[in-house]
Amino acid sequence: MPLFGVSRKKVKKAPSSPNADRGILVFENTSEVIRAETILRQSGWAIRVMGPPPEIRTGCDLVIEFPLIEKLHILRRLEEARVKPLQVLPVSGPLLKPVDLFHIKDFGKHLMVRAANMKLTVDKETLMIVNISGGGCPDVPYLASSMIGKHLAAAPSPREIGHTLCGYALQLAYEEAKKRCSL
Amino acid sequence: MLAIVGTIPDSTFPLVSGDVALENDRLRSGDYSFPLERGTAALIAAAIKTLDVFHKPRPFVYLVGDIGRGDGSRRLYEYFTRSVGATDFSAMTLHYLMPDVDWCNRIVFALEDMAVRPVLIADAGAMYMAKMSGNAPLFDVFTPDAGELAFLADEDAPHPFYTRGFILHEENLVPDLIQRAYAHDNAARYLLVKGERDYIASKDGIIEIVSEPLVPALEPIGGTGDVLTGILSGLVETGLEISKAAALAARANRFAGLLAQPTPATQAGAIIEQIPQVLDLLVNSPEKLAMEAITNRANTL
Repeated sequence: MPLFGVSRKKVKKAPSSPNADRGILVFENTSEVIRAETILRQSGWAIRVMGPPPEIRTGCDLVIEFPLIEKLHILRRLEEARVKPLQVLPVSGPLLKPVDLFHIKDFGKHLMVRAANMKLTVDKETLMIVNISGGGCPDVPYLASSMIGKHLAAAPSPREIGHTLCGYALQLAYEEAKKRCSL
Repeated sequence: MLAIVGTIPDSTFPLVSGDVALENDRLRSGDYSFPLERGTAALIAAAIKTLDVFHKPRPFVYLVGDIGRGDGSRRLYEYFTRSVGATDFSAMTLHYLMPDVDWCNRIVFALEDMAVRPVLIADAGAMYMAKMSGNAPLFDVFTPDAGELAFLADEDAPHPFYTRGFILHEENLVPDLIQRAYAHDNAARYLLVKGERDYIASKDGIIEIVSEPLVPALEPIGGTGDVLTGILSGLVETGLEISKAAALAARANRFAGLLAQPTPATQAGAIIEQIPQVLDLLVNSPEKLAMEAITNRANTL
């Protein structure tokens, strides 16, 4: 008798590597990764931003993992948007997964959201961004000076003006803060 | 002399190397004036305030504009690696720079050309690239927070953004994370781990924990870590032994925070202003009396 109504004949054998059908797009810098991610997500592709494999790691970098079978279609879309990857490689080993845990601290009048190494603090009444801390890449002071003192809904997003992994982490904190403040 | 190497969040800011001065709420190096609220500028301002207390020369700075594209950092690396070998700095702090493994290796080679190796302090992006490039043990002090310590403790993580989930960023795990960072050669000779409790540690274990006063509102304030590293850099330059300088810096940063009467919306400049009076009390009075005096002063504000 089939277990839970599933015939044994219908169970597919797992591929030899869980990543065998995935490729990675390597870009010149994190800003391009962020732009490409936005374009590909808007176009409906199932992609993930991940850490590069050790052999192509330079420092502060991200890659986009994508379904390899869609390679031509994806490259065409990126070319149209003038965000051309430096390399397209098959995934040969496990990729590093970005931190996805949020830590929230309520200071009463203020709410602090931490994503990875970045913290964003908002005045809960006015929804103004009052502080940004953490991180070590050079866009952190730039993001802080561009976002502090602005309303959460009106501030430039780190996705638009950030360039590094710290900027990417701040984007996560920013999105979480907006979600928690029902924006 | 202390040298500070970092970036200014303004893409038009040129490559500058030279003396630096504090003018009210701004810094000036050569013809260029810039705000001190955060990042390397906050570190420089805190170092100047510290050095002034001890009547020591102000730092020499290597600065460049970089808003995260890395172009400024690379220009700075090129200039710095060409010129640093002929200098005689006694301490050097590397700060907000675009992490780049290859350039970090070149910096380490260039420093070998100096006649006497300076005390090397790294924070922010410079600390990230020191760990990533396997050069961490060549540095004298790192100043991570709990999240950055988790990154140092994770031998596979190339950036705090990729710290593996099983290595939690929890404050109560700090002693284990310190041990793990040293076990994998991913820590400097000393660590000053900033957080609710500040830990001063070496590969032999925890040397001191500074936990008073606890000012919770300091955590969200951007630049408090930069201020701490600035005070530490200044104190190291005075010749104080590194672990003692780290403990005094941690204490001074907390008391300066207390005197600033912060809320989570306070900016780092308000804390920097308090450094001279706090250091003066901590250095010139018995510790207990100094703490009482500062606490009383804060209570009367």
